[in-house]
Amino acid sequence: MKAFDWIVQFMGIGLAMAAAPVFVGWVNQCRAWLQNKSAPSILQPYRAIRKLFHKDAVIAENASRLFRLAPYVVFGAMVTAAAVIPSIATRLPFTQAADAIALVGLLATARVFLSLAAMDVGTAFGTLGARREMMIGFLAEPALLVVIFVVSLTCSTTALPIIAERLSAQSFALNPSLAFTAVAFTMVLLAENARIPVDNPATHLELTMIHEALLLEYSARHLALMEWAAALKLFNYACIGLAVFIPWGIATTDDPSSLAVSVPLLGVKLLAAGAGLALIETLSAKLRVFRAPEFLATAFLFAVLGLLVRLLLGA
Amino acid sequence: MNMTALPWDLQLLNTLAALLLLLSFAMLSQRRIVALVDLLALQGALLCIATLLLAWRTGSHHLYVSAALTLGLKVIFLPWLLHRLIRRLGVYWDTEPLLNIAGTMLVGVLVVIFAFGLAQPISALASTATRNSIGIALAVILIAFLTMITRRKAMSQVVGFLSMENGLFFGAMSATYGMPMVVELGVALDVLVAMLVLGVFFFQIREQFDSLDLKHLESLKEDQ
Amino acid sequence: MSYGFASPLRLCLLLLTAWSVVGVAGLVRPLSIAFVARTLFPLGAAIGAALAAVGAAGLHYPVEQLVLPIGLPNLPVHLRLDGLSGVFLILLGAASAGVSIFAAGYFRRGEGTAPGLLCLQYHLFLASMGFVLLADDAYAFMLAWETMAVSSYFLVTTQHRIPEIRQAGFLYMLIAHLGAIAILLSFGVLQGGTWHFTFDAMRAAHLAPDWATIAFCLALLGFGAKAGLVPLHVWLPEAHPAAPSPVSALMSGVMLKTALYGMIRVSFDLMGQPLWWWGLIPLSLGLFSALYGVVFAAAQTDMKRLLAYSSIENVGILFTGFGLAIVFAGLKMRAPAALTLIAVMYHAMNHAFMKSLLFLGTGAVLHATGERNLGHLGGLIHRMPWVAWLTLVGVLAIAGLPPLNGFVSEWLLLQSFLFAYTVPQTFVNMLLPLCAALLALAAALAGYVMVKFFGVIFLGQPREPSLQRAHDARFAERLGLAWLAAGCVLLGFFPTHFISMFSTVTLQLKIGGLPESGASWWMLVPVPERQSSYAPLVFFAVIVVVVLLAIASVRLFYHQRVRKGAAWDCGFGGLNSRMQDTAEGFGQPIRHLFQPLFAIVRELPSPFDGQPKYRLEIGDRIWRALYQPVGALVRQVADKVAWLQQGRIAAYLLYSFVTLVVLLALML
Repeated sequence: MKAFDWIVQFMGIGLAMAAAPVFVGWVNQCRAWLQNKSAPSILQPYRAIRKLFHKDAVIAENASRLFRLAPYVVFGAMVTAAAVIPSIATRLPFTQAADAIALVGLLATARVFLSLAAMDVGTAFGTLGARREMMIGFLAEPALLVVIFVVSLTCSTTALPIIAERLSAQSFALNPSLAFTAVAFTMVLLAENARIPVDNPATHLELTMIHEALLLEYSARHLALMEWAAALKLFNYACIGLAVFIPWGIATTDDPSSLAVSVPLLGVKLLAAGAGLALIETLSAKLRVFRAPEFLATAFLFAVLGLLVRLLLGA
Repeated sequence: MNMTALPWDLQLLNTLAALLLLLSFAMLSQRRIVALVDLLALQGALLCIATLLLAWRTGSHHLYVSAALTLGLKVIFLPWLLHRLIRRLGVYWDTEPLLNIAGTMLVGVLVVIFAFGLAQPISALASTATRNSIGIALAVILIAFLTMITRRKAMSQVVGFLSMENGLFFGAMSATYGMPMVVELGVALDVLVAMLVLGVFFFQIREQFDSLDLKHLESLKEDQ
Repeated sequence: MSYGFASPLRLCLLLLTAWSVVGVAGLVRPLSIAFVARTLFPLGAAIGAALAAVGAAGLHYPVEQLVLPIGLPNLPVHLRLDGLSGVFLILLGAASAGVSIFAAGYFRRGEGTAPGLLCLQYHLFLASMGFVLLADDAYAFMLAWETMAVSSYFLVTTQHRIPEIRQAGFLYMLIAHLGAIAILLSFGVLQGGTWHFTFDAMRAAHLAPDWATIAFCLALLGFGAKAGLVPLHVWLPEAHPAAPSPVSALMSGVMLKTALYGMIRVSFDLMGQPLWWWGLIPLSLGLFSALYGVVFAAAQTDMKRLLAYSSIENVGILFTGFGLAIVFAGLKMRAPAALTLIAVMYHAMNHAFMKSLLFLGTGAVLHATGERNLGHLGGLIHRMPWVAWLTLVGVLAIAGLPPLNGFVSEWLLLQSFLFAYTVPQTFVNMLLPLCAALLALAAALAGYVMVKFFGVIFLGQPREPSLQRAHDARFAERLGLAWLAAGCVLLGFFPTHFISMFSTVTLQLKIGGLPESGASWWMLVPVPERQSSYAPLVFFAVIVVVVLLAIASVRLFYHQRVRKGAAWDCGFGGLNSRMQDTAEGFGQPIRHLFQPLFAIVRELPSPFDGQPKYRLEIGDRIWRALYQPVGALVRQVADKVAWLQQGRIAAYLLYSFVTLVVLLALML
């Protein structure tokens, strides 16, 4: 691996860490435009995170070391995921450390630590949120896996960079199987990142919270890391979706000039993805908690239909 | 299989076939009867587009007539008739189906697998360019049948029956580029007559039982 | 070829005999805890570690056979050490070493059985499992199998004064014997008319496809009963909780794997070329067991029952992989079959370490608190940090999270499912990806169950005031837990070494091997043309570096100030331990979603009750649908046959007279 590849790798990680809060801000801005409200500035998540880092951490008396360690582990897992996903280039050293299935496992690790930390203090809302988060998680994983299966059937590999390369090498064609799996992936993205229709990220009613409830006991730098990790998770999911379904433009060679194309193009794609996300959130209503499994079952069905259509039509 | 090797109209036909399958699953899970009829109309529209594409590709004129017939009957007339019936009978919602939604979906997936597996030797024998879609047509037929089985309201069962006919039509198109005109006209007439007769039946059932829930028909069984 | 005395097989034989000697030595001073616990159990642990080492070394030697002068007149005991036995011996030795060290600190006072007797039963159990792995003829196998069953029965009923434990033991013994009969019948069919019951004769015999199918089904019935495959699983949730924790660890971790060993031995070794469609039976049964087990585990309130149902789930996963391997092998797809079988063996070894670690953790908790019910535990991470953190390793491993070992075997199994598209059978190649999705569902549910397990026991607030007096584990127990946790970590971080070990087995069984990938030792690339890779060390290194960098940066740029206060709880105040989730509460989403699988009996209080009560009972539908009717039928038949027992001497004399007359008539 040349030095240039390492530089690009760290640039990619840095880009993910820097751009994730802005992405969240952009989604909020789009949602505000669509709903005729005025949103805070796009850079507001940065300010929030910085403010939180300055504060003193207040921790419950009966919190254990796991509680204090979990934000770092979750943040570390998300940054590792950002290192593994081929967002700007495919020939990077860390992208070979994990394939798509391992990536799903990494996200599951973050989820488990988050849930355990929520159960640590022993409040009602924390354990309730942990229970719901794990419920969403265990239903989303099979859907995600069938999505990976379908894509691997098309590209005969589960390694994300190779999938991106092979799919971008093909010219545009109507692939109903990939279209179905894209819908399934979007639904899983909505569920896993606590977006409407599964969860309202802006709610303050504890009984309706899924993801927010896990963070209730955190403050200061721990909360900052958790919020940053949540933004990174959304960013990562968006990049996975873009790498698989809209891979044209990702740098596949070692040429520096291809980077000059892929980075701005990633920015444009993320702007569009954020706007699309905001549109979906505005058009949907939040589901009851026990309708969320049906939502994910529909995602699973889309993915399975994509698989069957691929096997039958070869498309 | 490299997708870019196929010409654009075949790609479009494959996409339409996949959308048809998706629509039949949507009908399987839909509980609002008005939405069910709209989905049926959409299915008819997709069929019409597919027939037009196929007509353009093969240049056979009877497919243009077929498409016009589909448009007139399946997209405009029958949905209008059904909507009128719904308004006059006042049924808007279906009651809880036989099996819960997730179970029905799972059975649907298994049925699709069965249909696909069954269709593969048939596809090998056909000589059309769209022969791969025969499996999808068979799946649509079987899922429509499943829709009829798992419903309680008579209206939903009729929609299932019409969807089955759609699937049959699509199967004929994929396998042999359409049925002979005589057959098509005959089938269309049959469907029309069936609709009118069923409409009369619905009123009779409603008068007898004050409801279109078919479980009331079970009370006609003799107690032995 | 003779190796002199120090051949691997003879060394194994020596070590197994040493185990039996250690066991018998327990009878020398049967009532002395100090002697048994301080001396004999650590000795047993050392023997286990040595056995693992010999097994590992034996993988590099060619197959070796030995005939002992004991046994039946024309069927002396044959022993054989090949790759498959070697791998499972490593599993037995390494896992049991950790468990034995733990047991040295665990058995502190008599629990209804004298310690010396316990030592005898325990080490006989271990030795008989070893002999099962080495046996090369049907007689030796059945002898060792029965010894294993009987010794484990006595271990299960250690606290025999409690009626539930006796009943659990009875159920265990019943199903174990049903299984043993099936295995014996299977061996009877396998000999294929030669009437020679050595395994070599069975390997050479060629069976007609129908008879081979019957043999396979009988073997599946027998070994499935021992492994706990649904519907023969009902003994597992009763017997594993009833036994003392080290015994549960051994039973879940090692004994269930001997059943898998038997299945692999019969299908791939003794029967040579399996038919591909046989594989669909263990595949579907395994998949159903996996889902059934994990869904029930999510609904349990007893921590050991939860782990027992989780064992059922993992056995299901093992048999799913095994079925897939048979499908691939039957269709002559060599590389996929090899990969699948390697994944299955890897998962077996992983589970031995993970589940033993978890059971030992519950043992430590039970000793410290006296509670098995999840509703009376909580917050133990503060009082028992060693147990908590080491059990956390086991929890993360069994949930299938990278970079630990559970993920590696899951990853390999999913990679092998990806070969399903190349299967030529039409329906199978569409159903297999669906099976993979269900497997992923079971694995994800396992994560749910383990979060519940760890969270309710160790995190949160203590649900009983007596938990404040809980004390951490002592040195021997910590050492045992650490040994098993280290095993989990090693199995997770160095998969390439273990895979090369397992591929010698698949090559020996003539299934195939994995192609060379040319990648470095720290990267796992099982299928080179797919280029899917996984490097656990890199993973772990990146996470650790990022975590350390984050901590350092925060300390550098900001501050490390922490204030302790009461829990925020959204400002509601008045937080007590009753407000956090109970075990039933945490399992409620699963109960709700998978309702058809449970037989739930619920008593809800009415608004007019003076003393409202809520009762929830979760039953097994299979128990009610299958076992109770069969039991009733057996009782009816027995009642009819009991008519023969008249109680009058004249009747019995009449029976003897009739028998004599009939025999005389037949002879003439």
